[in-house]
Amino acid sequence: MGKQPAAIIGVGQTHHRAKREDVSMAGLCREAIDRALADANLSLDDIDAIVVGKAPDLFEGVMMPELFLADALGAAGKPLLRVHTAGSVGGSTAIVASSLVQAGVHKRVLTVAYEKQSESNAMWALSVPLPFNMPVHAGAGGYFAPHVRSYIRRSGAPTHVGAIVAAKDRNNALKNPYAHLHNEGTTVESVLASQMLWDPIRYDETCPSSDGACALVIVDEQTAASSPNPAWIHGTVMRSEATTAAERDQVNPQAGRDAAAALWKQAGITNPLEEIDAAEIYVPFSWFEPMWLENLGFTPEGEGWKLTEAGETGMDGKLPVNCSGGVLSSNPIGASGMLRFGEAALQVRGAAGEHQVDGARRALGHAYGGGSQFFAMWVVGADKPTS
Amino acid sequence: MRDVAVVGFAQRQMPEFDGSPTCVELLVPLFKECYEQTGWTRRDVGFWCSGSSDYLAGRSFSFVQAVDAIGVIPPVNESHVEMDLAWAMYEAWIKIQTGEVDTALVYAFGKSSAGVLRRTLALQLEPYTMTPLWPDTVSLAGLQARAGIDAGLWDERAMAEVANRSLTDAEKNEYAIRKGGSSVDELLARPMYADPLRKHDCAPVTDGAAAIVLAAGDRAREVRDRPAWLTGISHYVDPMGMGVRDLTRSPSAQRAGAALELDGVEVAELHAPFSHQELILRRELGLTDDVAINPSGGALASNPMFSGGGIRVGEAAKRVWSGEATKALAHATSGPALQQNLVCTLASSPGSTAATEGARN
Amino acid sequence: MTRTLQAPVTVAFDYTRSTGPVIGRFLSGLRDGVVVGGRTSSGDVVVPPLEFDPVTHEATTEFVEVSSIGTVTSWTWVPEPVKDQPFDRPFAFALVTLDGADVPLLHALDVASPAEVRTGMRVRVRWASERTGHINDILCYEPLAPGEAETPNEVAGTSGDDPVTGVVTPVSLDYNYAASPEESLFYRGLNEGRIMGQRCPTCQKVYIPPRSACPADGTPTAEEVELSQTGTVTTFCIVNVPFLGQKITPPYVSAYVLLDGADIAVLHLILGVPADEVRMGMRVKAVWKPRDEWTFSLENIDHFAPTGDPDADYDTYKHHL
Repeated sequence: MGKQPAAIIGVGQTHHRAKREDVSMAGLCREAIDRALADANLSLDDIDAIVVGKAPDLFEGVMMPELFLADALGAAGKPLLRVHTAGSVGGSTAIVASSLVQAGVHKRVLTVAYEKQSESNAMWALSVPLPFNMPVHAGAGGYFAPHVRSYIRRSGAPTHVGAIVAAKDRNNALKNPYAHLHNEGTTVESVLASQMLWDPIRYDETCPSSDGACALVIVDEQTAASSPNPAWIHGTVMRSEATTAAERDQVNPQAGRDAAAALWKQAGITNPLEEIDAAEIYVPFSWFEPMWLENLGFTPEGEGWKLTEAGETGMDGKLPVNCSGGVLSSNPIGASGMLRFGEAALQVRGAAGEHQVDGARRALGHAYGGGSQFFAMWVVGADKPTS
Repeated sequence: MRDVAVVGFAQRQMPEFDGSPTCVELLVPLFKECYEQTGWTRRDVGFWCSGSSDYLAGRSFSFVQAVDAIGVIPPVNESHVEMDLAWAMYEAWIKIQTGEVDTALVYAFGKSSAGVLRRTLALQLEPYTMTPLWPDTVSLAGLQARAGIDAGLWDERAMAEVANRSLTDAEKNEYAIRKGGSSVDELLARPMYADPLRKHDCAPVTDGAAAIVLAAGDRAREVRDRPAWLTGISHYVDPMGMGVRDLTRSPSAQRAGAALELDGVEVAELHAPFSHQELILRRELGLTDDVAINPSGGALASNPMFSGGGIRVGEAAKRVWSGEATKALAHATSGPALQQNLVCTLASSPGSTAATEGARN
Repeated sequence: MTRTLQAPVTVAFDYTRSTGPVIGRFLSGLRDGVVVGGRTSSGDVVVPPLEFDPVTHEATTEFVEVSSIGTVTSWTWVPEPVKDQPFDRPFAFALVTLDGADVPLLHALDVASPAEVRTGMRVRVRWASERTGHINDILCYEPLAPGEAETPNEVAGTSGDDPVTGVVTPVSLDYNYAASPEESLFYRGLNEGRIMGQRCPTCQKVYIPPRSACPADGTPTAEEVELSQTGTVTTFCIVNVPFLGQKITPPYVSAYVLLDGADIAVLHLILGVPADEVRMGMRVKAVWKPRDEWTFSLENIDHFAPTGDPDADYDTYKHHL
């Protein structure tokens, strides 16, 4: 028995902000859930199972918060799962939720991912001092900045490519009412003029710290029949490797390459650049756009930046990337991956509003986590998969 | 549903693990045992899933280093739940049901002794009005035990009977960290601890890890003559609030059990970290006196956080492998006072698999 | 010598929680000296109010003031209180259904021994004199003596006007942290001024620090290898930004240093050279702190500084990026 068809018929998200002081954790999640259910034309009582995802529990200071949230999320009396795979968790959670339908075990699954970063300080939570261990000298972006430098050295990319990405995503975010940052007038020049934080990463090339949630309703073929615009799941992949290993490629990690290759195969895609109409790629620092374009196989190694520099990743380009504004414009960590997956679904459902890519039929949702060692991705399509 | 069986199981349990909270050095020998049992290498494993908790380790991303124990070049198809091993197994079982993979190795680990466990677990509670009071795990269990005593559903003697049987059976379990039964009267003569609980009514703080190997169809038959087929698996959660639920009941356990075919169960491994919780579970699952309960000694003999539930599955599977049982039940719990529960059945023949949805309709 | 190095560590943060309107209403009530419940769609009064109705799933909007006197429905003795519980001496936790409520509210009960508690006994709320909108505005429950008039405790202090929208909840956890046996070898070496790695018996790669499992193979690294104090900067960033807990004034360089003889780079500081002169391929050597400052830590190496030797060729380290 193969996978049962599964489709996303509801997508909901919160207005992402630095501090959502108007809501509790349950209220934040319900804001996304209620929107997803309304989109799906279902109620909580129609839901068979709930899958919750979020990043480290130290962020909110609650151990396994899905337990106290169970009642408010409508999970009481239902199966409840909690996924945690670092920054990729939003994507992994959506994949676990879809597998419940694809396995034929459930018909209507609700999944929600969230982060309420304002309850603490992510920088603290991620680097709690441990005895013997040397404290991190570099801060939040310091982990990734050396790998960006390696990418620039390897690819020979001009140093303004990161700024092109940042300006594009910030302008895309102006078309997304849910985005955290609505920075009018961002240009390549203004990004280049922003403070250099972790050379080679500038302030405007980094993601914000957000409170937010995202929810999806994923259903079986029969339930999807009642939806005017289901987003069908054409492929899902998760791959992991080690955080640190001898001679590990940290610019173009093997786990990401392997995941992409498996994903395109599952989805029957032989030329992703030609066949994918929109991509939501996890880009917390601008330079990760060209890096992941290569890792995902949209371009040969060393040439991702050329696609970006040519403007082909803009809304009207060959491969629109992060039309929602992406992680660079909203980063509720645990939900960021699910936002990518959800935004991909919105595109193929023709429901992305002002940031809709005309005629998008197949889209990629991508998430990664840790030190670029956890990957989760899916391809969704407007058409039901044939195989 | 595809026929899926438990074909491998390894465990380590100890009062205090003298090693890092990542438990990598504990996992390496466990995986080796799993490979020996199955004749596989890591490359035969289609999917990996682990269970653990950052708050047990006292640091974020405490699970990421665990994949080192697998050896992840080439990279692996892998996931992690902030839940007990039993739910990691559930995710893997689902993955096999999708047809994407035929085999899985799931594992979990936790160093409970690194902190003050009963206090750490107060962080599982509602964070606005409960956690600030730091109600510890033993106190919450005490409230539950008292509720049942007051309602006349059980008494201290019935709780002591559970403890005595568990500690007696634990003598045959090399992994048990508390063992040695005596008599119900002797246990009742021991001092009260957290009235109405005596110390033997509470699971000992335990460090440890465990791993379970799953395989579908012929892949399972290749490994064992008598695989322990997962003929049913179901799980539910209740509201957390101590006020809004009847503490003498566990509706989620009842519902999980009712979703499965429990007739013919000969052995049940119940994850009851407190003696009275076994009494609740037996009632909710409708287990009669002829079902052997917790021949391993159960959680009262050792209860490593995040693998304690999965170990019940492994112990039940062992009894099917050995021929001691043709049908066994395993149960895992999570959250305060039996809030979340998973029940599965393991049998010597695959039969037809009952899953949550099948039973709902 | 113990097998592993161990040391205590405290993980502490004062979490700033936004409560939303429902929990905020409950906490506003506590600040003002009243206990507020919420009515569910089935008519029950629940304390604290549920944020969302368990049946209709709608947000709770109907609030009811209940009495501060009620009945114990269950209790347990706490013989050995843990840190931050309402009392630091033995006490009881009790579930108490306050008059006017349908379900109990958990809090501490101030009694000297378990003999003084029974299910069904009448208790009342003892209020804190200074209340901020926090569950600890209720200090505890206290027993009403048999026959004692059922008079609520006086509420001292003032009420507030603004609704409570947030609450600070400190979380401080004490752990005993242990390094793995392999890491312990590494840290003990540093305490002696040596940089110890281990070789994986399967892939022959030299790891620093040594690993309980080689991430490529899953086999523990074994053969001890003392590494050179000299290495190559593979890649780096210049830190220009101040952040919480920072020890050095920016700008400075955080770099991956591949020690000669190792197959994996370590992250460390490059000092003794202007930040903008650090290069990929630069040859650097360890600069140790004074010996009397050494502990079991990589911090014994204060930083790495240029050796002055010619840069390493890109091809010699490009597979470490």
